[in-house]
Amino acid sequence: MVATVVTDVVSTSRAVVRGASAAKAGTSARWAWLWSLGQAIGPILLALLVSAALLLALGKNPLTFYRDIVSQGLFNKGGIQDTAIRMAPLLLMASGLIVAFRANIWNIGGDGQFLLAAALVAGAGPPLIGALPNALAFVILCVTAVVVGGGWTVVPAYLKARYGLNEIITSLMMTFVGVNFANLLIKGPFRSTTTQVPQTDVIPFKELLPRIPGTRIHVGLVLALIAVFAVHYVMTRTAFGLKLRVLGANPRAAAHAGLSIPRLTIVGFMLSGAFMGLAAAVEVLGVWGYVRADWNPNFGLPLFALVFLARLNALAVIPLVGFYAVISMGGHFAARQAALPDDFMLMIVGLILLFMTLTEYLAGRSERGGYLSAGLKKALGKGGGDE
Amino acid sequence: MSDMLTAAFLSALISGGILAGMPLLFASLGETISERGGVLNIGLEGMMLMGGYTGFVVTLYSQSHWLGLLAGAGAGLITALLMVVFCVRLGLDQIVVGIAILIAAGGFTSVLQRAQFGTTYPRLDAMSAVEIPLFAKIPVIGPSLFAQPAIVYVGFALVAVLHWVLRSTNMGLNLRAAGEKPEALDAAGVSVTAVRSIAALSAGAFAGLGGAYMSIVGAGIFVPFMTHGAGFIGIVIAMLGRGRALWVVIGSLLFGMSVSLTTALQLVGITVPIDVVNMLPFVAVLVVLVIFARQAYLPAALGLPYKRGIR
Repeated sequence: MVATVVTDVVSTSRAVVRGASAAKAGTSARWAWLWSLGQAIGPILLALLVSAALLLALGKNPLTFYRDIVSQGLFNKGGIQDTAIRMAPLLLMASGLIVAFRANIWNIGGDGQFLLAAALVAGAGPPLIGALPNALAFVILCVTAVVVGGGWTVVPAYLKARYGLNEIITSLMMTFVGVNFANLLIKGPFRSTTTQVPQTDVIPFKELLPRIPGTRIHVGLVLALIAVFAVHYVMTRTAFGLKLRVLGANPRAAAHAGLSIPRLTIVGFMLSGAFMGLAAAVEVLGVWGYVRADWNPNFGLPLFALVFLARLNALAVIPLVGFYAVISMGGHFAARQAALPDDFMLMIVGLILLFMTLTEYLAGRSERGGYLSAGLKKALGKGGGDE
Repeated sequence: MSDMLTAAFLSALISGGILAGMPLLFASLGETISERGGVLNIGLEGMMLMGGYTGFVVTLYSQSHWLGLLAGAGAGLITALLMVVFCVRLGLDQIVVGIAILIAAGGFTSVLQRAQFGTTYPRLDAMSAVEIPLFAKIPVIGPSLFAQPAIVYVGFALVAVLHWVLRSTNMGLNLRAAGEKPEALDAAGVSVTAVRSIAALSAGAFAGLGGAYMSIVGAGIFVPFMTHGAGFIGIVIAMLGRGRALWVVIGSLLFGMSVSLTTALQLVGITVPIDVVNMLPFVAVLVVLVIFARQAYLPAALGLPYKRGIR
């Protein structure tokens, strides 16, 4: 018993520091970054290739399609600003996912946390901004969103912490409830009396979050970047981050090290939800100014692929989110040109995720480790799992 | 409140429960097999969508509902081949692959649907109901229970077969061993990979059948993302059913009824907002999970790849 505990702790700490030591390992490390770059780009290329085959089969020209994506999302002056604007909520949600995944918590319910927070911000926004100085109103609204997003994770977090119930299922159930609940709010108490379509009152454009001078990009992007760096710092340089990572790498080792697993689980889960809420506040206050009923941007699912591709590294997420923002904004244009639904991009992301597992497998065979911490693979709740 | 118990209300509740419950039944039966064998199939919903789309297209062109249902099961099975290759053979992470299948299949079927039927929206004829003599004459439950399309009876027959297979055959025992202690199965000379492959493939076929039921029998049309979380409810039912086929039936029909409750309520003059209708099954799942949290059971080796010699 003692022996297994010792090996647990040793292998865990080894896993935790593996990232650091690999960087210091000397000459071979010089090429390590190239290797991880290849592992990130490989699946993307494969996914684009398979999608191109489908485009061909549908009688569309894949080259035109991809050219449309890039030219609209990256090389068009308005387009690239749209791309940057889209990055703001995505970066915040990715930060939330990283916090959760590092701690062995599968928060799949990001979309519900996002939408419910968005509905409340859009509902409370117009009167608040009218009554208070803008800066104060923004702070109150962001805090509201953070509380709502974090609060919506309490049920799955508690069920996981107390009974070991699989949070993939519970957080997803909460998403479906949250999305519909948000709609009820928008069609009910928050419904604007001035419009035909059910939606909230609109915050006037000039009352939205301030722009970065010279652009249309709102300051939410700056906030999102700060959040990403903060998450990176906390996860890699602080005791709290280490606790979460130990929990993620090996829950048994964490328990033997005296950490309170239920408490860490709940805190990590809520923190993750809080980022989803903040993402909603930034998107509503920076871009839309209102929320329509049945609006659901479905940011959450595609982000899994990006966060895993970044190997749960907050800084590596930035370029990948940028890439996805290009695909998503440019893809909207390209899809309309080709008379296809935006869901085409969803398929690309799903394929990226699939091919990523394959490249991980090949990488694993060359002993370079995987994208998942050891404990994350056991992240299936209780079921008498590893006891 | 007394008129809530009218024949029309109960009849609508039961037949609606079956209509909405059958896809859940098929999906959760599939997940039961898969989980028993140690393969967690998070991509169940994706397989349902593939089955729903394929079933719809095949029925549309062949004009045969049965061919469509079969094709739906086939499409689910082919999608599950990905699980077999990636998770069972290569031992890759079941959750990540499952999510990948979910996302990719959702996008794929949506793209195909738009490209083919984006402007026409063809509909299928309803599948004709088969009345079981005598039973169909029973008041209230007769017309709702014993005058259903034949696939419903097939579904219940499958439950009986599965119940027997899981409990009383070698295959069932092997399946359980693959999920609880794969080393033991391996030591007994049975291939864990083969058993788990069969489990994953059957899950795909069942899920595909469930999706096909949804599009062919239920709606008569395929709409992108029409499963709307049914696959995940199926996973929950399988978890709560603790690997027992009979419990899975009860669970599916109860959840089906919670969906049809609102339609039935409208018959007696109570209108409920559509968002509440959509929300209800998920609230029901959560309530059940909170109450029965301790009862949910998952096999010990669920989700863990099996590699010989690695503990």
